[in-house]
Amino acid sequence: MEKFERPSKRKPEEARPIEAEAGVIKKADGSARFKIGDTEAYAAVYGPRDLHPKFLQDPKTGILRCNYSMLPFSGDGTRVRPGPSRRSKEISLVTEKALLPVLNLEDYPNTVVDVFIELPQTDAGSRCAGICAAAIALADAGIIMKDMVAAVSVGQVRGHLLVDLDGEEEHMDENEAADVPVAMIPSTEEITLLQMDGIVTKEDLSKALEMVKPALKDIAEKQREALKKKYEKKA
Amino acid sequence: MSELLAKDKEVVVPGQVLAKGMDYIPGQGTYRLKDDVLANRLGMVSVEGKVLKTTPLAGRYIPRKDDVIIGRVDDILMSGWRLEINSPYSAVLPLKDASFDFIAKGADLTKYFKLDDFVVIKITQVTSQNLVDVTAKGQGLRKLRGGRVIKVNPQKVPRIIGKKGSMVSMLKKATDCKVIVGQNGFVWIEGAPEMEVIIVRALRKIEEESHQSGLTDRLKGFLEKETGKKIEDAPENNDQKVN
Repeated sequence: MEKFERPSKRKPEEARPIEAEAGVIKKADGSARFKIGDTEAYAAVYGPRDLHPKFLQDPKTGILRCNYSMLPFSGDGTRVRPGPSRRSKEISLVTEKALLPVLNLEDYPNTVVDVFIELPQTDAGSRCAGICAAAIALADAGIIMKDMVAAVSVGQVRGHLLVDLDGEEEHMDENEAADVPVAMIPSTEEITLLQMDGIVTKEDLSKALEMVKPALKDIAEKQREALKKKYEKKA
Repeated sequence: MSELLAKDKEVVVPGQVLAKGMDYIPGQGTYRLKDDVLANRLGMVSVEGKVLKTTPLAGRYIPRKDDVIIGRVDDILMSGWRLEINSPYSAVLPLKDASFDFIAKGADLTKYFKLDDFVVIKITQVTSQNLVDVTAKGQGLRKLRGGRVIKVNPQKVPRIIGKKGSMVSMLKKATDCKVIVGQNGFVWIEGAPEMEVIIVRALRKIEEESHQSGLTDRLKGFLEKETGKKIEDAPENNDQKVN
C-alpha cells in the first residue's frame, strides 16, 4: 500500500488535540466543555429533577434525556437549521444509549436527568465530542456513575485506518470515507456506541477497534483531569 | 499484594481506581471491579482502615428521615401543604403535623401557611418511592418571617454547620444575624442588611473552598476583615456551650 500522510500530519492512531473543562455553566447542576481539534461541545446537566409530562415518569427508575444540537453557524458555513431534525434526534438517542450503561438512576424513581449538548463549532466527530462533554458534565453534577464514557471516531480513508477523522479527511476519499464513531467505558472496555457510515470489512473493523482503544483511554484521562482541575484551581 | 492508590482527602472522579487488591473494602460511593476498588462518583476519599469511602462534592439533596430542612410552600392541598425542598421530590405537610392548634375540616389553610411562605420543617417519613412527609411541630420548627433565604450546595451543608455547629455559630457571632441552615441547602438569614450580605459571601466562600483544609481559619480572617471586629477563639467557647 502506498504511503499516506494525513493533511494534519498526525500519526494514524493519533487523535486531535483535546481541551476539557468542567463547571463552565454556573447555573447548571453540572456542565463541561470538550474540544477536540476544531470540534467543540458544551454540555449542561440538570437533575435529577421532577419529570413532566407525568406519563413519561417511571416508578422503577429515573430516566436520562439527552438533547444534541448544532448551533446554526457551527458547520462549514451553510446554516444549520435550528431545532430538532432527523439527524439530531438520532444522535440524541444514541448519546442516551451510550451514557446509560454507566449510570444507575434507580435511586431516583419518577425523575429525569436532562443533558443538553450544544456545538458551537463542528469539524467531524461531533457526536463523540458531545458524549465526552456529557460524561464530564454528569460526573460534575454528582451523579452516581461507575466510570466515564470516552468517545472518538475511527475511519478508513483510501484504505488506511485512521483515528479521529477531521472534516478534511472525511471528504478526501473519492468513494466515501468510512467513519465509525466508538464510545467505550474505559475500566471494562465495554463499547456503548458503535455506528458505521461507509463500508469497512470485518477484519478492518476489528483492527480499527483495537486501534482506538489507546486514544479512548487517553480521552478518559483528560476527562478525569478536567474534573479534578475544577477543585484544584481555587487553592 | 494490595496497594492503596488514592490518598486520604484526595478529590477522585468516577471510574478512578482507589486501591488494588482484596485487602481494601469498598464503602459508600465506591464499588469493586474484579480485584480493584473504584470510585463511582465525584467526591473526596476517606480511608478508614481498610474501608474506602467517598463523600460527594456535588449533587442534589436527597430527603432523609429526621433531617431539619427549610421548605417553600408550593401548593395548598385538600388536607395539607405541598412544599418545595430543593430536591427532585417535593414534601407534603399534613394538617395534623402543621400546628399545635386544632384545624377544623374545611378551614382556610392560608391562615397557617400561605403560598411562598418559608417554613422550617423536619422530615418524618420517606417512602421507597421518595414520597416525603414532614412536620412543623417540634423544637425550632416554625414559619420564617423576614430575612432572606438563599440556596447553597446541599453537599456542603455539613461544612457550613461545622463540627458541633462551630462554623455557623462563628458566623452568627461575627455578624449578629440569625441563621438557620436547612440540610437541603436552603439557608435563612436575618439581621442588619450589610451583615446579611457578608454572610452570603462567607457561605459562597465555604462552598468554594470546603474541600481544602484550614477553612475555619481562613473564614475567621475573612469575617474579621469584613466586619472590622475581632472574633475571640470560637472553638473553645463552643465546647463550653455544648457541655
